[in-house]
Amino acid sequence: MPASGMGAGAKPVTFPQYLLLNAKRLAGRPAMRFKDLGIWQTWTWAEQRDEIASLAIGLRELGLKEGEGVAIVGTNRPRLYWAFAAAQSLKAIPVPVYADAVAEELAFVLDNAGVRFAVVEDQEQVDKLISMTEKVPSLEVIIYDHARGLRDYDHDNLLDFTVVQDGGRAKIASDPAVLKDWEADIVASDGSEISAILYTSGTTGQSKGVMLRASASVKAAEDTAGFDNLTDRDVVLAYLPLAWVGDHYLNYAQAYVSGLCMSCPESTETVAENLREVGPTFYFAPPRVFEGLLTSVMIRMEDAGPFKKRLFKHYLGVAKKYGEQILEGKSVPLMGRISYFLGDKLIYGPLRNVLGFTNIRVAYTAGEAIGPDLFSFFRSLGVNLKQLYGQTEAFLYVTCQKDGDVRADTVGPAAPDVEIRLSENGEVQFKSPGMFTGYYNAPEKSAETLTEDGFVKTGDAGVFDQNGHLKIIDRAKDVGKLTDGSLFAPKYIENKLKFFPDVKEVVAFGDGRDNVCVFLNIDLTAVGNWAERNNISYASYQELAGLPRVYEMMREHVNSVNRDLAEEPMMAGAQVKRFLVLHKELDADDGEVTRTQKVRRGFVGERYAPLIEALYDGSTEKYVETEVTFEDGRKGKITATVKIGDAETYPAAGVKEAAE
Amino acid sequence: MSIHMPLNEHRAIEDFQLSAHDDHLEPGDIILDLENVSLAFGGVKAINDISFNIKKGEVRAIIGPNGAGKTSMLNVINGFYHPQQGTITYRGEKRTAMQSTEAAKQGISRTFQNIALFKGMSTLDNIMTGRITLQNKNLFLQALWHGPAAKEDIEHRLVVEKIIDFLEIQHIRKTPVGRLPYGLQKRVELGRALAAEPALLLLDEPMAGMNLEEKEDMSRFILDVNSQFGTTIALIEHDMGVVMDISDRVVVLDYGRKIGDGSPEEVSNNQAVIDAYLGVSHD
Repeated sequence: MPASGMGAGAKPVTFPQYLLLNAKRLAGRPAMRFKDLGIWQTWTWAEQRDEIASLAIGLRELGLKEGEGVAIVGTNRPRLYWAFAAAQSLKAIPVPVYADAVAEELAFVLDNAGVRFAVVEDQEQVDKLISMTEKVPSLEVIIYDHARGLRDYDHDNLLDFTVVQDGGRAKIASDPAVLKDWEADIVASDGSEISAILYTSGTTGQSKGVMLRASASVKAAEDTAGFDNLTDRDVVLAYLPLAWVGDHYLNYAQAYVSGLCMSCPESTETVAENLREVGPTFYFAPPRVFEGLLTSVMIRMEDAGPFKKRLFKHYLGVAKKYGEQILEGKSVPLMGRISYFLGDKLIYGPLRNVLGFTNIRVAYTAGEAIGPDLFSFFRSLGVNLKQLYGQTEAFLYVTCQKDGDVRADTVGPAAPDVEIRLSENGEVQFKSPGMFTGYYNAPEKSAETLTEDGFVKTGDAGVFDQNGHLKIIDRAKDVGKLTDGSLFAPKYIENKLKFFPDVKEVVAFGDGRDNVCVFLNIDLTAVGNWAERNNISYASYQELAGLPRVYEMMREHVNSVNRDLAEEPMMAGAQVKRFLVLHKELDADDGEVTRTQKVRRGFVGERYAPLIEALYDGSTEKYVETEVTFEDGRKGKITATVKIGDAETYPAAGVKEAAE
Repeated sequence: MSIHMPLNEHRAIEDFQLSAHDDHLEPGDIILDLENVSLAFGGVKAINDISFNIKKGEVRAIIGPNGAGKTSMLNVINGFYHPQQGTITYRGEKRTAMQSTEAAKQGISRTFQNIALFKGMSTLDNIMTGRITLQNKNLFLQALWHGPAAKEDIEHRLVVEKIIDFLEIQHIRKTPVGRLPYGLQKRVELGRALAAEPALLLLDEPMAGMNLEEKEDMSRFILDVNSQFGTTIALIEHDMGVVMDISDRVVVLDYGRKIGDGSPEEVSNNQAVIDAYLGVSHD
């Protein structure tokens, strides 16, 4: 690659180079949409370049230098996305942080990355930063997007976003060469700089800053954008957390390399509505979002009239039978095709429309294993939902499924240009184009994660099936054995239970013990709706969770999962013996789940140790006191007597046959 | 017909001001002065010889036990009740008996203790009704949504959308308010009062029946309205924590009489107030 990345027809190697290119080749095409004051506002690529140029030059005027970190905190708003590109254009490094991180978490990341500049969304984030001034001594300038409530703040090192941009514009107006130099500097880059530091969600401990190199990030994004044929005609709704690799990759990186249009929702509460309005062609959501959608659809159908209910049930059956085959272009009997066509007109089409899925060409899910039934449900409705497996360290993609070769129980073959292998103990290791260069400020951790020959250890246990598709079983360190030697893969059991719409979260225990026991979290929406329909009154989550009829319902779910497990020779030994419904929802503020809603198994185990003990010592109930953290960081206590239920276990299928 | 807005004009909220009723008073000047006001319903003296004032730009709390005359006081201020005795001076002009619509036109708007929204109408439409006193185009043209009336309507809609943005209620823009939870209805009502671009905003128990989080949100909105638009606010509230936190000055009523007036600290140290209301025993 020549030093001038864009010279002599060469491909761009950084995102700002793509910005300049798109501003020329797609000048009038929409780059960014944002619903503001109830109306979708649009910025074309050319306009987006101008916005970013004025911001970048404004930041440079304030003293932002090459190689420095710029914290970006907030929800999906155009200006925050521009801050990414503006920082990158100066070879500074964007460091996005989760908007809902509490002040301490935020301070940890900012301090770890040693940032001087922070671009944040609003007063909430400014308050958090100001409260942590002592813990982040490096922080000098805070730039905010939304000024509400900030009028009376001390503006010594607090700046309005527009003020910074105005500064940049004034500089450009006074000396046109500034803009030329800015562009020349962008073009001159060979892509070897770090283009972002993304902090891992910290499922297994304190989060680490993953450094991604510009040229590698661009290459990875080009590969997958090509894989899914993304073009400037595609539209995405950018609603995922800015700090998560998924958002940075699927929205930001793929948008810049393919020229697609990113749409930012009006607020976090309007995402569902905005999804319908925008009608994205490329969509990503973690399994829990699809779970939530399925739950809401089923709840609403419960409230529908008998005719609609029958129609829905009938055509859902048709979809289950033929839907996936039709989606994959396989042969289907003529009658099936006709039934599916009618179903599409009557049920699937309108349903897709309500969900905002009408225009979807490609949809992905990842982050956690998805229930096979849940996965098939959306595919059978005609949504081309696929799975990918990825990591922050890979800049997302490790594997992804090809159109027409999609299965629920695998995550697909290696993504383009990715090498995968399994270590001796079954751990998945990979080498990919977008691979990180190391953890920021933690060379010893980088060394732990990388093998000597440059592969990344994922920490996930997996197997390849006969078609070369990777199957992830669980976190490598979570897979264990019961005392009788049966395999215990907690996630496998949890996912089976979580497919029931009224089960929100499950934590299974059993490694090194005699049998498997689980904690359940009910889904407040689904169970609340059920309670309403059955005239059951309740005052709180805690009360609802403790109702005998809810326990009865949960017992049936656990029994049916046990029946399923009994059918699988590998898993039959790990049936659930006892269960309890937790008295509170697992919450990221209490550290029980990560900001991406993954259960922190070890922490939950320690926190509720008395309950686990009660599960195994045969007691029927247990009194517990639990400390909880409120959204503003204050702490309180809740107390409860949690009941424990017994489930039925079934003889393993293999055993039965042998006996006969 | 869609409302056309210039492309890419991300209208920053900081430029947004509610100043239809701008006056020439400086912050700190007296905007409303009540002198020896008394109000009786038959033999019941709801308000008995009360004097106090409200200064421009402040948050003024009116507190007192049930039946102390707080809401009557608010009704006197916005012209719904007419006191038998005493004088009320609003923005330097002595007020004679008048209708509450006139008070609204002079820039006094309010919210109610037990929400008075149009339940079947959307959030957006409810807040739009707050603009009525500022709409002055021909009713016939308004009905046809034509010409200058349409242009005016778009301008009003813009202000309303900014209020929706300010109060963070975009997600319920089109929801009928009857279906909203209580805390959000209170917020919509505040939005409607703001839509009139008041010089003096009266809030009757804005936080009654709310949980802690909703109260914190509402306190934040009240303070933001006060600091961003410079709106003078008089509020009745029972939650002492809230009152002490957000108000600049507090007047305390008991059985229609004023028993205390001053900063939150002064009032909370006043023995008469403690006896009547705060309920702390003597040392």
